[in-house]
Amino acid sequence: MEALGALRGGELRRPMELRKLLAYFFTAALLVLYPFIVPSQYFTTLATQVLIFSTFSMGLNLLLGYTGMASLGHGALFGAGAYVPALLSKYVINNFWIGMSTGLLMALLISVVFALIAVRISGVYFIFITLALGQVIWALVFGWKSVTGGDEGITGLGSPLVWPSFSLSGGNQYYYLALLFFLIVLMITYRVITSPFGHAMVGIRENESRMRALGFNVWRCKFIAFVVSGVISGLAGVIWAYYTGFVNPRDASFERSTEAVLMVILGGSGTFLGPVVGTTIILIIKNIVAIYTKRWLFVLGMAYILIILFASKGVMGALKGRLKGLLGQT
Amino acid sequence: METWIIHILNGVSFGMLLFLLASGLTLIFGLMNIVNLSHGGYYLLGAYIACTVMTKTHNFLLAILSGGLSIAALGLFMERFFLNRLHKKPLAQVLLTIGFTLVFADASLIIWGGVPYFVEKPAFCLRPIMIGKSGFPSYRLFVIGIGTVVGLLLWLFQERTRVGTRVRAAVNDEEIARALGINVRFLFTVIFTLGAFLAGLSGVMGGPFYGAYPGADFEILLLTVVVIIVGGLGSLRGALVGSLLIGLIDNFGKVFFPQMAMFTIYLPMVIILAWKPSGLFGAEN
Repeated sequence: MEALGALRGGELRRPMELRKLLAYFFTAALLVLYPFIVPSQYFTTLATQVLIFSTFSMGLNLLLGYTGMASLGHGALFGAGAYVPALLSKYVINNFWIGMSTGLLMALLISVVFALIAVRISGVYFIFITLALGQVIWALVFGWKSVTGGDEGITGLGSPLVWPSFSLSGGNQYYYLALLFFLIVLMITYRVITSPFGHAMVGIRENESRMRALGFNVWRCKFIAFVVSGVISGLAGVIWAYYTGFVNPRDASFERSTEAVLMVILGGSGTFLGPVVGTTIILIIKNIVAIYTKRWLFVLGMAYILIILFASKGVMGALKGRLKGLLGQT
Repeated sequence: METWIIHILNGVSFGMLLFLLASGLTLIFGLMNIVNLSHGGYYLLGAYIACTVMTKTHNFLLAILSGGLSIAALGLFMERFFLNRLHKKPLAQVLLTIGFTLVFADASLIIWGGVPYFVEKPAFCLRPIMIGKSGFPSYRLFVIGIGTVVGLLLWLFQERTRVGTRVRAAVNDEEIARALGINVRFLFTVIFTLGAFLAGLSGVMGGPFYGAYPGADFEILLLTVVVIIVGGLGSLRGALVGSLLIGLIDNFGKVFFPQMAMFTIYLPMVIILAWKPSGLFGAEN
């Protein structure tokens, strides 16, 4: 009888887990087969962009959404990640792994410096100071024409060497590259936010002085959150540079920063998949607008205004309450 | 020697232009805790409007009035219908006002096109002033004069008038001020409109030498942000000192390190920040 009971219990639980497993399997299969399912290369291009910028906005979300620190300087970290491999390919070598590791190292270095200056400050001052710090990097790549090419940027990062006799080329390969790092960051993000450290981040967002009173080292926690999110932004920049094959100062600009913030907020800041949703929506709108009109600036401006006024909780934030009702406990 | 004087005057006049923008921004922030990043957009629209008015009427006073007042009206509209919903949400204010800046940028692209415009100089500033053997545009001296007058008036307004006292009272303790019968809501709207007027005025004043072109809005906005970070958010004196400092550094940077021109502005800012996070004259938090 006991065995039967256990079996029944197992049977009762198994369908749920099976369903979850199946969902994962189908999502993974869909992502892997995507380039072969879609009718044209255009959709693969769009998806690659979504993956890269989702990586970026997920990184930012760790800081903005979970720790409650609104950085307007992450565009510069994205740009640092993009510029280092570009400079390397121009002056030294066009190798993917060397480019990536030096790019990440640079993003790490700059994040540490930014964090040391900015983390002790909060609120509006933090917004302004990260903005200004980001501008330092922008000014460097924009102004130092003899090295960075100034406004023209740097071209020729296409087809980097990945293996001694294999270099990246073709839209599908970049799609899989972006997908690989997107999934890695997705997993890292999940691990971070479900860890005790992640809960401490949320605690700081909700009530900093209480966390301090509880004995948490708030400064250290914020510092780590800043650096982790900065390095992820840099990673997105590296992939972006290889994918487009060229970089220009816009990749390190203020607009890059604010657009990423917008993506996070639209999707739902402080939600796990929110940034991906926000990025997807913005990039789809961008592509549709580009087809029909030249008024992208206007549409983007209106998007900022409308999102702030009517959707500041974001898509996932709004769904969260309803999903809870629909799915019971999950 | 002459060249040095000219460089300094160039720097100071550009600094005064920045002061017109920074004073409005810092006033609005210091008094109402509202971050309005539309000031770059206000500058651009003010300059374009002044351009149109000058080519039609050649009357600089009219250009000042139309540029300043129309931007003031725009500010009033934004405060009444949008920003007042975002009390104490700085990031929302930042993004909303950036959104407006983008909309303004596209609107001016539609109306005025993508070509750079320079506002016609007023008739009394057409002849250069001789400094030693080289000529210096007298218009820039006029800008310095206007900046000084505006700074003085703002200081008098804040410290010496009844309205200014009320404003300071409202900032200090909003509830008590309300209890004393001060219409805080109205006062704040007045201040916000004044800040927008100053930004519009800066567009008119900057039009003849900085010009109006796509992208000028964010360029000048970011410089203004540097000014108020260096000077300290919310401090009028900080805005003045910061403006002059950045104006001079910008000018000398362009002369001595052309490739690093932007960098020379941002570097001192980082140094000041690392040493004094709240800026030179900002209140310590």
